[in-house]
Amino acid sequence: MYESITTLHTKLKDRETTSTQLVEEAFAHIDAHDGAIGAYVHTYKEEALEKASDVDAQFASGDVTSKLAGIPFSLKDVFNVEGMETTGGSRILEGYTSAYTATAPARLLDAGAIPIGKVNNDSFGFGSSTENSDYGTTKNPWNTAKVPGGSSGGSAAAVAANMGVFSLAEDTGGSIRQPACFCSVTGLKVTYGRVSRYGTLAYASSLDTVGPIARSVEDVAIIMDAIAGNDPKDATTPKNAVPAYSAALSQRTDLKGLRIGVPKEFFATGSLDTDIHETVEQALDALIALGAERVDITLPNTAYGIAAYYIIALCEASSNLSRYDGIRFLSSFRDTNILDQIYVQTKSQGFNNEAKRRVMLGTYALSHGYYDAFFKKAQEIRTLMKQDYERAFSDVDLILAPVSPVLPFDIGSMSDDPLAMWLMDVFTLPINVAGVPSLAVPCGFSTSNLPIGMQLIGPQFSEELLLQTGHWYQQQTDWHTKEPTL
Amino acid sequence: MADTFDTKTIEHIARLAKLELTTEEKERFGQQFTQILEHMNTMNSVDTSDVVPTAQVNGLTNVFREDVATPSFSQEEVVRLAPESTNGYVKVRAVFGESDAEV
Repeated sequence: MYESITTLHTKLKDRETTSTQLVEEAFAHIDAHDGAIGAYVHTYKEEALEKASDVDAQFASGDVTSKLAGIPFSLKDVFNVEGMETTGGSRILEGYTSAYTATAPARLLDAGAIPIGKVNNDSFGFGSSTENSDYGTTKNPWNTAKVPGGSSGGSAAAVAANMGVFSLAEDTGGSIRQPACFCSVTGLKVTYGRVSRYGTLAYASSLDTVGPIARSVEDVAIIMDAIAGNDPKDATTPKNAVPAYSAALSQRTDLKGLRIGVPKEFFATGSLDTDIHETVEQALDALIALGAERVDITLPNTAYGIAAYYIIALCEASSNLSRYDGIRFLSSFRDTNILDQIYVQTKSQGFNNEAKRRVMLGTYALSHGYYDAFFKKAQEIRTLMKQDYERAFSDVDLILAPVSPVLPFDIGSMSDDPLAMWLMDVFTLPINVAGVPSLAVPCGFSTSNLPIGMQLIGPQFSEELLLQTGHWYQQQTDWHTKEPTL
Repeated sequence: MADTFDTKTIEHIARLAKLELTTEEKERFGQQFTQILEHMNTMNSVDTSDVVPTAQVNGLTNVFREDVATPSFSQEEVVRLAPESTNGYVKVRAVFGESDAEV
């Protein structure tokens, strides 16, 4: 049964439960169900119980104010946490133990949250199905023949199956929103720079964002209170004020006058599964019933979003992945005395097909004679897309759209067609390119009982408004409380 | 302008990316890349002659800090994770050797 972080915090304070019990419960679920789901790549039960016991002592002896104290959570395996193995889902980092803790996880640890392990992802974030991990495929808890989405499939599956109360994940082209949608949980893709990326394995440095996946908007807001804000170690995090997200949830008393944009490019008939179309329209109707106003809008450069995203992302990824050279971060693939061959062997044997494909395409697009046609052109299209959203937000307060054009699909069904897989991210990629935030919330199920979600997109740094609206929606509906039968 | 990715082109890219591919991989990537690049070329149907490229989407530039040294990792911590080290230095193999065949 779903219990919010606030409820758990009250129970901990009232000594109705203990952090040790919460951690034991999480591990009991892992023992019972993770064999079938495959969300976790590394677990740290002893360390978690030790931390839980410290937190329990604090609860016993005094007032613990942090809502996250004693709450067990997982981390997508792209975050460095000192003492934990961090692989990025790739065998190229197998056995690599982090020497330091990334900022976002560190802020959660400072708030007293208990990390119980690392969860699976498409290696380096390359994928939308968590089938591209070198550590196995994660299954969707709602139907284990289906993918949980990706690249943060492990995070979404773990949260959906109660294996940890929330997860810290990362979204570069939809990697939080799409798995959240496929697993019927809530996920927030923040404004670029809202949360520090220091210590996170980089995929595409101008697109990557760090954010939470949890069972509700209320829980997401509590996590954001801990992790958002400027970090001197990440120069892309601005110094602007961070709203008090949780406190702000109750400040909005209704949705009257809220103008919700409905972009025609995201609802074109034929481009979208009919169950998804109907369900998302129903969610829109629910918000209108709460007082919001529907405004039809256009985001004319949406179609170019896929190409612009992939060019920028792959170019940046090809640069970022060159650091895995077998010299600084472990490597087992060194059967040579020549330096150059170490690079070649490490990368050729350490990177899987999807990683090689992306590195090669990025290398090509940045190479002599092609930089202008590809990378520069994509950056120009990014400007146009950013302007599309700025223009739209002068007419509306937020935008509502589906997250995925398709329902969770069969494992293995897209393996032979990488381009087809990439094209499925059509509704999530443009948001990363424009650098705006988007909140994914569950809004129903298909006739085949597969989860459907929607996203609320806002101007840069409008997370407060998105969370308020999402919270209102979750108070009028109960989709987010549903749980899969495991 | 669709590029065809024959084996020579794929081998050239692999060399730049420091990757060694099997014959099967070269063939498969060649086909896939042709398809993918056709899609990427849709960008050319947009006129961007008057558009300034955006590299940094939230507008920050020149973020500076005071030039003051602060504690960082110890040499030990950094070197510990390298596969080969000696006396606190990361060890690297020979840049040139007897069998440095052209990659």
